[in-house]
Amino acid sequence: MLLDSLFNGVAIGSVLLVSALGLAIVFGLMGVINLAHGELMMLGAYTTYVTQLIFKLPLLKPYYNGYVIVSIFFAFIVSGVVGILLEKTVIRKLYGSPLETLLATWGVSLILQQFVRSVPLAYGTGLVISLIIGLFLPSVFSSKVKESINFKYLKFSSWIFAVLAGVLSGNLISSSVSKLSRASARNVDVTAPAWMRGQIEILGTAFPKTRLMIIIITLISVIAITLFLNQSAWGMRIRAVTQNREMSDCLGISTEKVDVLTFGIGSGLAGVAGVAVSLLGSVGPNVGGNYIVGCFMVVVLGGVGNLLGTIFASFGIGIMTDLIGAGRLLSIWPDMPLPLFNTINFFATTSMARVMIFALIVIFLQFKPTGLFPQKGRMVES
Amino acid sequence: MEFKNLKLSKKTTFVIWVLIIAFIIAAPSILPVFRLNLLGRYLSLAIVALGVDLIWGFTGLLSLGQGIFFALGGYCAAMYLQITSSSEFPNNIPEFFGLYGVDNLPFFWEPFRSPIFSLFAIWVIPALVAGILGFLVFRNRIKGVYFSILTQAALLVFFNFFNGQQKLINGTNGLKTDVTQLFGQMVGSESIQRMFFWFTALLVIAAWFFSKWVVKGRFGNILIGIRDDEPRVRFTGYNPVLFKTIIFSIAGGLAGISGALYTVQSGIVSPQFMTVPFSIEMVIWVAVGGRGTLLGAILGAVFINYAKSLVSEALPASWMFIQGGLFILVVTALPEGVLGWVQGEGPRNLLQRLGLKRKIETYPSLEIKNETEVLKNE
Repeated sequence: MLLDSLFNGVAIGSVLLVSALGLAIVFGLMGVINLAHGELMMLGAYTTYVTQLIFKLPLLKPYYNGYVIVSIFFAFIVSGVVGILLEKTVIRKLYGSPLETLLATWGVSLILQQFVRSVPLAYGTGLVISLIIGLFLPSVFSSKVKESINFKYLKFSSWIFAVLAGVLSGNLISSSVSKLSRASARNVDVTAPAWMRGQIEILGTAFPKTRLMIIIITLISVIAITLFLNQSAWGMRIRAVTQNREMSDCLGISTEKVDVLTFGIGSGLAGVAGVAVSLLGSVGPNVGGNYIVGCFMVVVLGGVGNLLGTIFASFGIGIMTDLIGAGRLLSIWPDMPLPLFNTINFFATTSMARVMIFALIVIFLQFKPTGLFPQKGRMVES
Repeated sequence: MEFKNLKLSKKTTFVIWVLIIAFIIAAPSILPVFRLNLLGRYLSLAIVALGVDLIWGFTGLLSLGQGIFFALGGYCAAMYLQITSSSEFPNNIPEFFGLYGVDNLPFFWEPFRSPIFSLFAIWVIPALVAGILGFLVFRNRIKGVYFSILTQAALLVFFNFFNGQQKLINGTNGLKTDVTQLFGQMVGSESIQRMFFWFTALLVIAAWFFSKWVVKGRFGNILIGIRDDEPRVRFTGYNPVLFKTIIFSIAGGLAGISGALYTVQSGIVSPQFMTVPFSIEMVIWVAVGGRGTLLGAILGAVFINYAKSLVSEALPASWMFIQGGLFILVVTALPEGVLGWVQGEGPRNLLQRLGLKRKIETYPSLEIKNETEVLKNE
C-alpha cells in the first residue's frame, strides 16, 4: 500500500522533474522566464510522433522497437536547436529584465502552437532539419578552411545548402508518410513499442512499464546534467558565468557562447521531457500548457539555481499529489476525526489536489520565502 | 490630457471630450447590434486593463492572475441575476441545480438575493481576495518574477476549483445571464444591452479618472518609488507591503467590476475567464498601449480586441501568429508601448531618422551607462 503510493508519487514527480529540469537551468542559471518551455516540450512530443511514423517505413521497420530511444536524441536536438534560435533572435536582447522575457517567450509559445496547427509536420521537420544544418555546418569545418575563405561566404553558402536539404527532406517525408503531409489541429497518439507495454512486478506490486521508462529517462537526464555541469570544462564555464558574469568575461570566457549553450541545453531537456509526456497521453498543440505552471511551482519551491532543490521539490509535490488526489490518506489512516475526513475527501480529486498543493506551497513560502535550498548571501535584494 | 511633446490646448481637449461623449451617446444608433455588443465588451475589458496598468505600469508588479478577480466579479453578477430570476424553477433555486439533484441553495448564494449586497460584492469580494492574496505574498517580500509565477499558479488553482464544483456553481458550464431577468426584461434583450453599453462607457471614464487620482500625489509617488527602487522606499520609512496590498486590491476591485460588465454583455460567465492565456492577454493590452500611461491601457484593450475580432473573422488561423509577433515586437522594439512611444522621443527620432527633421545638437551625454549595467547584473 505504502509502496504503491510511493511509486505513484515518484512517477508523477519524475514527470515533473524531467520537465522542470530544463526550466531550472534556464531560469536558475540565466534568470530567463521561459514560458515557451511547455511548447518546447510539445515539440519534443511531436518529434517522438514523427520518429515513430518514420520508423514504420519499410527501410527502418526492423528497428521499430528502438524508436523511443532514438527519439530521445532527436527530441533533444530539435528542441535544443529551436531554443538556440530563440536565444539568438529574441532572448539575447532581454537579459537582465526577466519580466520582459516572460512576455516575449509567451509570444513565442503562441507562434509555436499555431505553427504546429497550421504547418504540415513533414515540412515542419524539413524546417528543423535546415535549421540544424544552417546553424551547425559552419562550425564543422576546421579552422584552416575558415581562414582560407571569407567566413561570411561559408556561412551564406551553408545556409543555402541547409534550405535545399530542408525542402528536399520535407518533400521526401511528406510523400512517403501520408499522415504527416497535411496540417491538422487534432491530437495525435504515440504508441509505445511492444516491449514497453504492460506491467512489471516488483515486490508484489504491478508497475506500468511506461512509467518505469519515464523514471529511467529522468534519472539519466539528471545524472547527465549533473555530470556535465560539475565535471566538464563547459559546465565549469557555465557555472562561472552564473556566479560572476563580468569576471568570467574578463578571464576570457565567451559569455555569448555560454548563454547559447545554456539555453540550448535547457531547451533540449524540455524536448526530452516531451518524449516522456508523449508516452503518457495523446499529443496536441496544447500539451505544453498543462505542465508549465507545475514546472514553475517546482522551481520556486526548490529554490532557484539549485538542482538538488528541484529534485526534492518535484518528488515532494508528486508524492503529495498522489496522497491527496487519490485519497490515499483516507485508506492509510482510516479512523481519523470526521471534520478532517470530510476536508480530505473534498480534495480527493486530481484537480482539487492541485488546489490543496498550491495552498500548501503558499503556506510553505510564508516560512521559507526563497524555497527549500536558498542561495546564501547578504543582499538587500533577494 | 498631457502629452510630453505634443501638448494639447484646453480647447482641443474640450473638443476631444465632446467628440467622445457624442460618439458614446450615438453609438447604439450608428453601429449594428453585434458590433455594439462587441464594443461594449471591449470597453469593459478596458477597466481591467486600467487595473493592470496601476499594478504593473506604476508599481512594477506583473500579475498574471487578474483573471481570478475578473471572473469573481462576473460570478457575483451572474449569481445575483440567476437567483432573482429563479422563481419559476423548482425549490426557487436556479435551474442548473436540478441537474445535479441539489435541493437546497448552498449557503453562499443566500446573500445574493439582495441587490445592494450584490452591487457591493461585485467589487468588494475581488478586492478582498486580492488583498489577502497580495498581503500573504508581499509580506514575505516575494516579488518580481516569483510574484508573477505565484499569481499564475493561483489562477490555475481558482480555475480548477471553479471548474470542478458542479454542485456549487455549475462547474465548467458556467452561469448563463442572457436569459435571466433584470427590471422585468431579459438581460439579453436589446434595450437592456444598450443601457449596459452606456453604463460601461460611463464606468470606463470614471475608472480612468479614479486611476488618475490614485497615481497622483504622494500615494502615486510611493508606488512609482516601489517600482523603481523598493529597498530605498523601505529605508526611507515607508512600508511597501501596505502600499502594494492596497494597490493590488484596487486593481482586483477594478477587475471585478470589469468582469461583471463583461459577463452581462457576453451572456455567460464560466471558468474560461480564468484561463492562463486570457490573463496574459490583459498584460499585453497594457504593454502594447503603453505601461504607466493609463490612457494607453484603455486604448490597448479596445483596439487589440477589436483587431482580434476583425482578424479572426477574416483569417482564423493567423491571429495567433499576429498576437505572438506583437508580443515579441512590443517587448523588443517598443518597450514603452505605442502611447509611451508617441509621448516620448519616438516621433522625433523617427522624423530625424527619415531626415525630415534636423537633429538637435545637445551636450555629449555623460557616460553613466557602464555603471548602471554593472549594477543591473549584480
